[in-house]
Amino acid sequence: MLCAALAIFWPAKVAQFSYREQGTEAKTIIGELVDVTETSAAMAKAAGHEMAAGEDSLVQYLVKVGNRDVTGVDFRWIEQRHVVSETYPETMLAIERREWGNFYGQLTAVKQNGNVIASGEQAWPVAEEKLEQALAIFDQIAYLEKKQIGGINYELERLRLKQKKLQLNNEWNASSEQAFNTEKTELEARYQHIQSEVNDLYVKIREYSLSVKIDAGSEVDIPLAKVVRIYRPNGMNVFAKLGHYGEKLAEFLVDDPREANTEGGIFPAIFGTVMMVIMMAIIVTPFGVIAAIYLREYAKQGFITRVIRIAVNNLAGVPSIVYGVFGLGFFVYILGGNIDKLFFPESLPAPVYGTPGLLWASITLALLTLPVVIVSTEEGLSRIPKSIREGSLALGATKFETLWLTVLPMASPAIMTGLILAVARAAGEVAPLMLVGVVKLAPTLPLDGNFPFLHLDRKFMHLGFHIYDVGFQSPNVEAARPLVYATSLLLVLVILGLNLAAILIRNHLREKYRALEN
Amino acid sequence: MTTQEARTHAINMSSVLNTRMTRNEPEEISIKIESLRLSYGQKEALHGIDMEIPKRKVTAYIGPSGCGKSTLLRCINRMNDLVDSVKIEGKILLDNENIYDKSVNVADLRRRVGMVFQKPNPFPKSIFENVAYGLRIQGINDKRILQETVENALRGAALWDEMKDRLHDNALGMSGGQQQRLVIARAIAIEPEVLLLDEPASALDPISTLKIEELINELKEKYTIVIVTHNMQQAARVSDYTAFMYMGDLIEMGPTSELFTNPRKKQTEDYITGRYG
Repeated sequence: MLCAALAIFWPAKVAQFSYREQGTEAKTIIGELVDVTETSAAMAKAAGHEMAAGEDSLVQYLVKVGNRDVTGVDFRWIEQRHVVSETYPETMLAIERREWGNFYGQLTAVKQNGNVIASGEQAWPVAEEKLEQALAIFDQIAYLEKKQIGGINYELERLRLKQKKLQLNNEWNASSEQAFNTEKTELEARYQHIQSEVNDLYVKIREYSLSVKIDAGSEVDIPLAKVVRIYRPNGMNVFAKLGHYGEKLAEFLVDDPREANTEGGIFPAIFGTVMMVIMMAIIVTPFGVIAAIYLREYAKQGFITRVIRIAVNNLAGVPSIVYGVFGLGFFVYILGGNIDKLFFPESLPAPVYGTPGLLWASITLALLTLPVVIVSTEEGLSRIPKSIREGSLALGATKFETLWLTVLPMASPAIMTGLILAVARAAGEVAPLMLVGVVKLAPTLPLDGNFPFLHLDRKFMHLGFHIYDVGFQSPNVEAARPLVYATSLLLVLVILGLNLAAILIRNHLREKYRALEN
Repeated sequence: MTTQEARTHAINMSSVLNTRMTRNEPEEISIKIESLRLSYGQKEALHGIDMEIPKRKVTAYIGPSGCGKSTLLRCINRMNDLVDSVKIEGKILLDNENIYDKSVNVADLRRRVGMVFQKPNPFPKSIFENVAYGLRIQGINDKRILQETVENALRGAALWDEMKDRLHDNALGMSGGQQQRLVIARAIAIEPEVLLLDEPASALDPISTLKIEELINELKEKYTIVIVTHNMQQAARVSDYTAFMYMGDLIEMGPTSELFTNPRKKQTEDYITGRYG
């Protein structure tokens, strides 16, 4: 997995095959050689291949031909015996696009509004330069659309809700209507202004296009607005490849996904996972600790506490999807639905909290990991020597003061241990999350610059679900497979990182109270 | 000794005691225990104890293991309340007020009656914070007051000179004897009226023990001290009064010198001469 995951960002060579099947003319096939298989003659025959008398095996190549918009397929099997020649021309161009996957071919010209401005050997440096400009414009558009227009839309929505709330409360009158209108016109003016700016940029970015020759000899025009990256893998040396590798890796870590998640980065998923785990930890710690304190310190040990303990332990054995169903039924529909009715009547029938989201996912996972925290906290509490409690009580501390000032700090390493186990379990959980808040593609992060910054009601992306989605639900499973490995590796690393952080805190605490163990 | 002889002996003793008592000023009483009975579940551990503990003196409880001396001590600051199945009858009067009265706030009581345990139990905090703990609970957070009180308490426990440069080190890094004196400092920092010591030197080496005993001698000028010990030499060295307990009963109590030289009861004599226990 490690190899598969780490290899995907390495620029693969693009081969040019001259290919002639029996009775047809030679064709050119361009693409990355992905896999080679060898089948015995008998098996090949059974599979429907025509085998000559002298052949005892059939060697097939799996080639990633890209150019999905032209050829209709991404991958293609070819037979070695029909390959006439296999070359790796240095000028072979690989283009990463925003849609339709990769494109392979020979660059022939760069065009501006349909007129050739550079062709032949001069085309490559011009193409690189123009792409850089196009990418800068693209970033600007993205910024304006997402941040500026997104912000204005958010404001407009808030304004609309405010209006509706006032109407619901019968406080809507002439003065508030006037205030509303001035604010609305102001926002709309700002919107118009930014929109015209964006439109100008769109015109600008659409000016240039690349003309690329593909296998059949025909040329295809690719607008630069749709291009992410161009490179000539066959002509790259090791350092250039390393640079490309770093670039791709960085893109994977910090960019948004493209093309139904099969290309681009997975940053929203990393962010969502970490965010949800942190929220879960924040929720589960107080509940788990309070429950453990009650059970160990306050409750009279007897039948009831035994029943509670059994229930807690059983809770740990419930399949996680059941938690998802419970979370959806109880938290999302009942709790969330009622919160909406009470606090957000203005946005009904559109739900705010009555729909899966980050808050409910965190709470559901907190419930799922509660037993772990309770059990390890209880264990920690029981390990505090009686003499320390007596020492505190003998100084006139009440039971609560003793707990708060001495016992809990000393039990903190055990609480952290519980939390580490909880985090490890929660970060890897996928099934319940699919029901209570994770989506394939979330348009916005749960944390952004719009007040109140942390949006607990938003849906989010999650690495575990991302793996499932990319690997099994995407339109192009074969192309996405390496990404599945990379995402899995990253999920493991994220969990490792979260655990490591918690373990470091625990070790620090343990060091502080170490002398007590003797 | 025949019965006759024994009787005359007893009469002589009581007359000696009486003359002593009348000669000296009558002692001021700090704690008065009245028919105290305590049972753990079905098992009765103290069978009605009556006792008067004089103010600003050291009173020692001696007796064989399991005789109830620690249990009795822990009744004085209601530490036994922490045991689930415990049942207590009778009264303990501290300055003429029954500490087992419903209106008594246990935390307040324990502030007035400090306690030091058999094994040193410093908190895993700095030396300073250990001593300041009792004050912080009372809501005293003024830095100057804390500094002053901590210094006084550490001086009182003969620990200041050793520790004044290490106040912010973890208390768990100290030696056992230092830890025990720290715990005493912690107890006297909140200026209790009574200090209960439950075998305070049993886990310590002879030199640390000696230091603790010297400390007890100094502390009795300010505090009423009750000490449980199963080391009779220690009781003889540090205490003004000694109470001998056996099987949950108070057998005999009197000035230490008399109890050790002229015990009134045969059980006491047997115990202090080492015939059992």
